[in-house]
Amino acid sequence: MSEEITPDQEVYDRLIAEGKSERIARAKAKAAAVRASKIADGATLGPRSPEEAQKALESARAASGGGGVATKTAAPAEGADAGGGGRLTPEERAARVAASLGNGGKQPASMGVPTSSTHTHRLLALVPPAGIQQVQSKQMDKVYTWPHLLLVEFVALLAAGSLLLIASFFLDAPLGSLANPQEVPAINKAPWYFMGLQELLAYLHPMVAGVTLPGVFVVMLMAAPYVDKNPSAKPENRKLANMAFTFFLAFWGMLVVIGSFLRGAGYAWAWPWVQGLGFTL
Amino acid sequence: MPKLPTFDDVKGNVQDNVIWKSIFRPGSIYRKGYRDTSRDRALASMNNVLYHLHPVKVKRHGLKLTYTYCLGGLSFFMFILLTVTGIFLMFFYTPAAGAGTEIAYLNMRELSASVTFGQLVRNLHRWGAHAMVFTVFLHMARVFYHGAYKPPREFNWVVGVILLLLTLFLSFTGYLLPWDQLALWAVTVGTNMAGFTPVFGDQVQFVLLGGVEIGPETLLRWYVLHVLFIPFITVIFLAVHFWRIRKDGGISGPL
Repeated sequence: MSEEITPDQEVYDRLIAEGKSERIARAKAKAAAVRASKIADGATLGPRSPEEAQKALESARAASGGGGVATKTAAPAEGADAGGGGRLTPEERAARVAASLGNGGKQPASMGVPTSSTHTHRLLALVPPAGIQQVQSKQMDKVYTWPHLLLVEFVALLAAGSLLLIASFFLDAPLGSLANPQEVPAINKAPWYFMGLQELLAYLHPMVAGVTLPGVFVVMLMAAPYVDKNPSAKPENRKLANMAFTFFLAFWGMLVVIGSFLRGAGYAWAWPWVQGLGFTL
Repeated sequence: MPKLPTFDDVKGNVQDNVIWKSIFRPGSIYRKGYRDTSRDRALASMNNVLYHLHPVKVKRHGLKLTYTYCLGGLSFFMFILLTVTGIFLMFFYTPAAGAGTEIAYLNMRELSASVTFGQLVRNLHRWGAHAMVFTVFLHMARVFYHGAYKPPREFNWVVGVILLLLTLFLSFTGYLLPWDQLALWAVTVGTNMAGFTPVFGDQVQFVLLGGVEIGPETLLRWYVLHVLFIPFITVIFLAVHFWRIRKDGGISGPL
């Protein structure tokens, strides 16, 4: 897929000697090698510093004629009349537009963009800072999605897929006899993920066990992030939350296990090694 | 004897034509000239349909298998696998039951007896459904223990709980479709519980069953719910779930 790149050994050695980390030195040496090969191919490379970029911009402006001057004249005017507020009155705005167009307020077809310009975008609106979602992103240790994340995901997908395929090859899905509403089977159970509810049904009134309690649990689950005001995500700082959730999971897990494996005919208690396993997936 | 073209010749010719370049956008790893550089790695993400799911860069700690155990991704993979196998099963299944016309159950028998790969695909669908309930549940536990539902991710946790309920309902509606004793009575237990809803109990049960008791109407109703209605709702919530992960700043942590 990819062409092999030999990092520039000279650059690599120099950076290592300067005390740069191995990772950075390798990346920069690679980049240097690519740059060199591009120059050898006759490609023109982009500016390498803000100063270079500014110089390139100015020479481009000089080459394209007076069109780009408007931006330059507008900049000091903004500092003068907008002051600290940054808001323009409609008159000021109109005056500035007229000045930048430089033809007495008549709008040319190009809307201030020099006809020789290759730019295809123009400013449509200025959005106030409040209109943008503020993201406080910290500099973090990040890696490229390709190949690092995508390869891991691909392997996980293959592993899960093959596991499921192997299971499906050896274990057949159950199929009982034809449904018969007149004949209640001796062992009558819901799917395993609802066994917790069915087990509760053995102790409580159906309205409580089948509707009220699951409803309360779902609401509690959804409300968890709004109730838990603890800002820390570290396990040592959230012992109560972790304990409560673990108890919750253990409670359901226990009900599911009892309902699935320890209940037999007529939903009476049954030991699987005595009465047999009354459980179908 | 003419000289045979080398592998690189063939590869060059295949990659260097209008059709290939129209399929693989600039920056694709399948384009000619892809190099393992930062720039090309970034472009590979940006010019891929997976850019809808993944940003160009991800936090390094999230790559560790023991951080996520890939549980969210595996749940989504199960959903896709169930969609694919489910479409296959739909070719061989008619949601019809009733005295003398037990077509649904007969279809199930034929599926395992005379359809090529029928039994295997049904097994994949069945075990995949159980696996999905399990991975979704484990995913929820993982997110809780990492405190990953904390601001700004509160709402995405709520969407996740809704997705858990949708997963359970998807699995449960599929449970009835074989129309065997196991299906009928498991669903009877479940829907009887719904009948105890305060105030609207009878109405809720009537809507779920399409009648006062489980019958052919229930089968048709649950079939439509299972293959169309709930998957449709689930896809919408999945889209919101994935979008919010990106908007809330990617994966949570590090702890």
